[in-house]
Amino acid sequence: MNAIYGPIIRDGLWKNNPALVQLLGLCPLLAVSNTVINGLGLGLATIITLVASNGLVSLFRKQIPDEARLPVFVLIIASIVTVIELSMNAWFHELYLILGIFIPLIVTNCAITGRAEAFAARNPVGPALIDGFMMGVGFTAVLVLLGAMRELIGLGTLFSEAHLMFGEAARGFSIVVFEDYRGFLMALLPPGAFIGLGLIVALKNVIDARETTQVQTVDPVAEPAAS
Amino acid sequence: MSALRDHILRVGLVLAAFAIGATSLVVLTENETHDKIIENERQTLLNAINAVIAKDQYNNEILADTVVLEANNQLGTNENSIVYRARLNDEPVAVVLSAIAPNGYNGKIKLLVGIAFDGRLTGVRVISHKETPGLGDKIDTKKADWILNFKGLSLSNPNVSKWKVKKDGGEFDQFTGATITPRAVVTAVKNSLLYFDAHRDELFVISETEK
Repeated sequence: MNAIYGPIIRDGLWKNNPALVQLLGLCPLLAVSNTVINGLGLGLATIITLVASNGLVSLFRKQIPDEARLPVFVLIIASIVTVIELSMNAWFHELYLILGIFIPLIVTNCAITGRAEAFAARNPVGPALIDGFMMGVGFTAVLVLLGAMRELIGLGTLFSEAHLMFGEAARGFSIVVFEDYRGFLMALLPPGAFIGLGLIVALKNVIDARETTQVQTVDPVAEPAAS
Repeated sequence: MSALRDHILRVGLVLAAFAIGATSLVVLTENETHDKIIENERQTLLNAINAVIAKDQYNNEILADTVVLEANNQLGTNENSIVYRARLNDEPVAVVLSAIAPNGYNGKIKLLVGIAFDGRLTGVRVISHKETPGLGDKIDTKKADWILNFKGLSLSNPNVSKWKVKKDGGEFDQFTGATITPRAVVTAVKNSLLYFDAHRDELFVISETEK
């Protein structure tokens, strides 16, 4: 049983990461990743949506008629997102005021429909839940990393406005990394999101390539002569 | 033909079953969160109002003591706006107007302007804006205290002809690298004061006739 969870976890976090490899869900990813807290907030909402939608789709996979599966997926995902939006509005109102306009975008996050179609509809509930969670965590990790890069370069801080998510006690979480920083606007604007994501994708490719060459050097294959 | 019809009917019924299930989920949640959301929105509005008029200055139910203004050029509003009126033991204390500076660097800047009965500002806050982060967004109290300086000012302090940013020969500081944003805000606040000056009595009186 455990043997199947290993690849699911690796897929979600690294090998098939929705944000870095599948490049799905760019719309919320690029729009909301301007600070760590914004990224984390949308990331958590996305994880909940992914787990719930994967779970429900997998639970009803035998009842969902194949020809009508997409309407059913859309119905399930849209309802879950509405429930999350209402709950956030009721119990995390401050955060809702910031992320509110982005929450409905989760409906259009193709990573969620993608997982429903590619995984949840073909697998039992357990693996489907793990897959949803791991894909969500992978997506959130990229959101938070990108948010940290943009916030650090753009504002010179980290975790600013943490109290919006964790309550007044979290005001102290905010770290001013560079005192008297003048700011670097481009990092906060959309181009910063594209460049930042590009750099993270490139970094992942470098790490993957290094791993591959290490495996290859075990093989006595002649390296092509550098020209 | 009838096999096809049965098939459509069967798939349709399954889809309908999912629709009912999904709708139940949404409606039950809506039902559960409705009161809390209304209360949150009320509290958010009250917080915004109390930022421009201190809550120990009045003792009426300010959210209920309102008058609706039609779209008005001087206030920059292009649809009906609500004026909230603060009273202390039924004596008029201040109004809270919604004003829009139409000429921000990046579109409209929505303001809440509190004006005391004697024509002095009790406070100004930005409700929403799209000004450049790091430059024009210093009008937001989250970024800088600039907008707090309006408190206590009126059309005679400074003189109405000095209600401009320093670059235009007025009394108000602009920001390094951003003049357009503070210029738009200063003008909008001045226009709100002019509007109040011309309409003060009706702003307070209309409700008396309503009562």
